[in-house]
Amino acid sequence: MSEHILLPEGSIEKQTTTLNLGPTHPATHGVFQNILELDGERILKSTSTIGYIHRAFEKIAERRPLYQITPLTDRLNYCSSPLNNMGWHITCEKLLGIKIPKRVDYLRVIIMELARISDHLICNSIVGVDSGAYTGFLYVMQYRELIYEIYEEICGSRLTTTIGRIGGFERNFTPVAFQKLEKFLKEYPRVLKEFENLFTRNRIFMDRTIGCGPIGAERALNYGFTGPNLRAAGVDYDVRVHTPYSSYEDFDFIVPVGTTGDCYDRFLVRNEEMWQSLSIIEQAYQKVQEFKGAEAEVFHADSPAYYLPPKKDVYTKMEALIYHFKIVMGETEMPVGEVYSSVEAGNGELGFYLISDGGRTPYRLHFRRPCFIYYQAFEELVKGGMLSDAIITMSSLNLIAGEMDA
Amino acid sequence: MSRPVQYNNTIKFEGIPEGYMGEGFMATNLEKVVSLARKNSIWPLPFATSCCGIEFMATAASHYDLARFGAERMSFSPRQCDLLLVMGTIAKKMGPVLRQVYLQMAEPRWVLSMGACACSGGIFDSYSVLQGIDQVIPVDVYVPGCPPRPEAVLDGFMKIQDLVNAEGLRRRNSDQYKELMAGYGIQ
Amino acid sequence: MTLTNETIQQKLTDKFPDQLTDWQQPYGMLTFTAPKELNLKVLQFLYDDAELRFQFLTDLQAVHYPGNKGAELAVVYHLHNLVDNVRIRFKVFTNIEKPDVFSATALYRSANHMERETYDFYGVNFIGHPNLTRILNVDEMDYFPMRKEFPLEEQSRIDKDDEMFGRG
Repeated sequence: MSEHILLPEGSIEKQTTTLNLGPTHPATHGVFQNILELDGERILKSTSTIGYIHRAFEKIAERRPLYQITPLTDRLNYCSSPLNNMGWHITCEKLLGIKIPKRVDYLRVIIMELARISDHLICNSIVGVDSGAYTGFLYVMQYRELIYEIYEEICGSRLTTTIGRIGGFERNFTPVAFQKLEKFLKEYPRVLKEFENLFTRNRIFMDRTIGCGPIGAERALNYGFTGPNLRAAGVDYDVRVHTPYSSYEDFDFIVPVGTTGDCYDRFLVRNEEMWQSLSIIEQAYQKVQEFKGAEAEVFHADSPAYYLPPKKDVYTKMEALIYHFKIVMGETEMPVGEVYSSVEAGNGELGFYLISDGGRTPYRLHFRRPCFIYYQAFEELVKGGMLSDAIITMSSLNLIAGEMDA
Repeated sequence: MSRPVQYNNTIKFEGIPEGYMGEGFMATNLEKVVSLARKNSIWPLPFATSCCGIEFMATAASHYDLARFGAERMSFSPRQCDLLLVMGTIAKKMGPVLRQVYLQMAEPRWVLSMGACACSGGIFDSYSVLQGIDQVIPVDVYVPGCPPRPEAVLDGFMKIQDLVNAEGLRRRNSDQYKELMAGYGIQ
Repeated sequence: MTLTNETIQQKLTDKFPDQLTDWQQPYGMLTFTAPKELNLKVLQFLYDDAELRFQFLTDLQAVHYPGNKGAELAVVYHLHNLVDNVRIRFKVFTNIEKPDVFSATALYRSANHMERETYDFYGVNFIGHPNLTRILNVDEMDYFPMRKEFPLEEQSRIDKDDEMFGRG
């Protein structure tokens, strides 16, 4: 049957099918709804609804002093919480004018790159799961557990870390943490190589993902794409290189760029970024080990007005007691002003626009969430493709609902 | 040629229920047999909305394997599952969807609420978050934490298994259960 | 010649004499205010000019200043020049009774959802937007929650003890 049977005008049967790819879906991406109009298997139109996990972060943030907003930032892109935490701390330090010592910067780089590896691992393995290959996901989750163990050693928590403080870290990295890091650096390259071998030149995977959901560079820029999705389209915009923060200019790494912006390119860009992150962690670890003596104990900036003094000083010295009181009760000097600062999060440029009016809590805090902005292009990316391509596009764009709705 | 088992040889097996055994037959209590079967083959529906969903993925992965408790097949269709695992914040926009999924489940059904957000709204005391899923559906086990460790989730799962074991065959038709459902507005 | 804040300010004041006010540079980012009728013209000028080339819209959102009578809602645009790596910010103030601002969706596709979010939270009506409906909140909501006069918590909870929250 090669011709469509045209139904008479006004008949109750429609030519196209409406499918609700609803908020609860089998693919573990998060909650957003797409109502698709299908002609057979081809998608003609898709309307999306988000907001199923809107938690009103921006309104909550107007009620909390700066150090209490860190747990909120954790829950934005929860696959890589340390990146969000560090981004927020860097914004606060820019507002308050705190200068961070080099060792703290290098430790921050280690944590941020571990978080980036953790995020890209989930994204790539879920692209595998959605195209039918469950093994890669199970194999690689084992190594995410290693990353979780490193976080646990430093801050106590696995997933939503709230790691670090404004001005540095809450405690120095213990020798156990460094041991776990060394174990990770030793074991992980072999695993990543094996994961690559399973997917990159796999005939089935390539057939599923090449040509699926492509986007050109101009279009991507106009849609506000940033991060690996933009780099897969051919534009090498990386916040770490453009506006280096936390001493990224001291590190030597390349920024991988793709050509067509389809799912295969995004997979390859994220894969290569994981290799680059590994190399950055190794460089940072070496640099940290070069600090000797008193410098090797530095884990926070010397700014008693904003970083809580150690408890034994609080119990014995007067100034420490006063600083502790002022910070906790919110009487510290907050400058009036507005600052916008961004970091390269797992999905792109995560920006924080903070307006402070000198009070204890921000007057306005806005999160520039990359997922929310590039999700607008989803409709265009899937039009004309098939339903299963839409699923793979969704997972290769790394849509995290927590970041989309905030 | 078989190699003798070297590791994992202290596994606890499920006991056979007490009964009267004979040559080729065994007579026991129907409830015990049904409970034994149900509790060791619970098929969960992961209703993952946010961060707890990622921690659930870690629980289901090979390190903290959930499949060894019988939850091998994660069914995503409510018609075919026993246990609804609600993981993550439920916003007011999502409440009706959750209720719809619960209504589509067939008896007997259990609900495990994982994470502080599902139990009581969590850290998000705001206008758009449902302060606990027990405002819309009845819950059997609450697992607190933000996110709860995989061991905590496994503990919650084992408590569900205890509930399944102790339930019996008539509970779903009893008056008490009907009252509970009426309290939530469910037929 | 590198693009400095002074060059940008000079070019903008040449093109729109006396209309752009409140020039500041908080933390190094050039910030100015434009009257709301001109917001599209300013955006277009910044996009098309061969030297300025601000062709990436980083962020679009609003701020509520209940104290500023007649200009309570401010829509803030953050733009980025990716080639010379310069960022600027400009604000457009509007009245709260009739908060109409021209929509930037024709120029930047990324403004679509961002303007819907601003409408959802503050009630700013973007003229020319293809589909200005609520995006993050429930569709039946009849107020604009981020405005300063509305509370954070939902009011129907009966189990919270006000004494513990300092309100009893």
